[in-house]
Amino acid sequence: MYTYYIIKNSERGINLRIEAHPILDFKRGNPVSFTFDGVRVEACDNMTIAVALHAAGFKGISESMLKKRPRGLFCAIGNCSSCMMVVDGVPNVRTCLELCKDGMVVETQRGKGALI
Amino acid sequence: MIHTGVLIIGAGPAGLCAAITAGGAGADTLVLERSHEPGGQLVKQTHMFFGSEKQHAAARGFDISAILLNKISKLENVRIITNAAVLGAYDDGVWTADIGGRYEKIRPETVVVSTGASEKNLPFPGNDLPGIYGAGAVQTLMNQYGVKPAERVVMLGAGNIGLIVSYQLIQAGVKVLAVVEGSPRIGGYLVHAAKLRRMGVPILTAHSVKAAHGESGLESVTVWGLDQNWQGIPGTERAFKADTLCVSVGLSPLTELLWQAGAKMAFVPALGGYVPYRDDNLRTSINNVFAAGDSGGVEEASSAMVEGSLAGLGAAEQLGLNIPNIEDKKQELLRQLEALRQGDAAERLRDGRAATRLHIKGGCKKC
Repeated sequence: MYTYYIIKNSERGINLRIEAHPILDFKRGNPVSFTFDGVRVEACDNMTIAVALHAAGFKGISESMLKKRPRGLFCAIGNCSSCMMVVDGVPNVRTCLELCKDGMVVETQRGKGALI
Repeated sequence: MIHTGVLIIGAGPAGLCAAITAGGAGADTLVLERSHEPGGQLVKQTHMFFGSEKQHAAARGFDISAILLNKISKLENVRIITNAAVLGAYDDGVWTADIGGRYEKIRPETVVVSTGASEKNLPFPGNDLPGIYGAGAVQTLMNQYGVKPAERVVMLGAGNIGLIVSYQLIQAGVKVLAVVEGSPRIGGYLVHAAKLRRMGVPILTAHSVKAAHGESGLESVTVWGLDQNWQGIPGTERAFKADTLCVSVGLSPLTELLWQAGAKMAFVPALGGYVPYRDDNLRTSINNVFAAGDSGGVEEASSAMVEGSLAGLGAAEQLGLNIPNIEDKKQELLRQLEALRQGDAAERLRDGRAATRLHIKGGCKKC
């Protein structure tokens, strides 16, 4: 299952899979795919959006509000706000906590995002 | 409105242990966890724990998480809800939460705040570039999700987390170019440092990051030596072609909810920042609010587990439940904490604990 998404992503030259680990045996989930700013990303349903994007080679996933500098994840546990994105039209989603779902539309957030 | 005897905020080592003692004492217990799975940072700890058997020493973090969750699964009066972020504490004793996208109000009789800590960063040019990750984030990527954080890493910080994560990176097949430490001495256990040195990783003490470079993400890191006043020494720069800089320079307690609740706080650098005053039951200045684990002052997972057990007992006791041998149980837990805080390295920590100790028996009655 996991191999499938790695193969798909590696068509773009990206392979960040940990091939063998001395201690851990990773439970790979079911394959899903979503779009990131229009680009199709293959992932698994037990990984968060931010992790899936990192694994697919997308490190810059948001931008700073004033200077528009690229931002990536920093804490990956929901504290730092560095990975907030627009998911299915909803802004300020902490993508390091949100699991991937098939057909999701994930976009880079510009600015603060409208609350209502 | 959700009613519960004990509300536990955060299902990390402290929160899970609080749930075991509070639930074990018969308290109606609700655990709210922001993430999609319980366990906190334990689930990404692949190293064997130190400490004593009572804190599951020699077990790996993810195994400890499974052991604690297994204990909780046998307690019918304990409920863990994931995807549930507690948002606020109000004067009238109501707490609010986003539970699976729904805004909920909760009226708990007692609360254990076990929210953990957040990672610090250092100020240097380019410190916001994608590819600069906290050490916890790196563990999340590689140990929880099986994804390489990088190909070539510079580690900033030679405390225990910096050293252990460097070793874990090597286990995951990542090249660790150097460990950079501002202090003239390695902060973590030398057994971890020696392991890295044997594998040929340089540990540069009295060094720090001068700047990080890159356009859309990190491409290289410039490191330089520090003088006795922690100022960079021009001419000592060296560049590392790294795609990730892992920042492991300490943690700050996550205390937002304690501030909102109105707990009396103090700034204690040895404990990571602002921490609540607490009595021996780990009760804050707010009569029904306890704090346990890193949110009460940054230490490590073993003491967080003991603190959680203690706070859970106190929270259950306050409900009026009859708990056999409760004083003995509390004394035993306090002894365990004392043992974990022994040694010269923990002197500042002990001072910080003493300075923020509430001496009023039974908490502050006025609140």
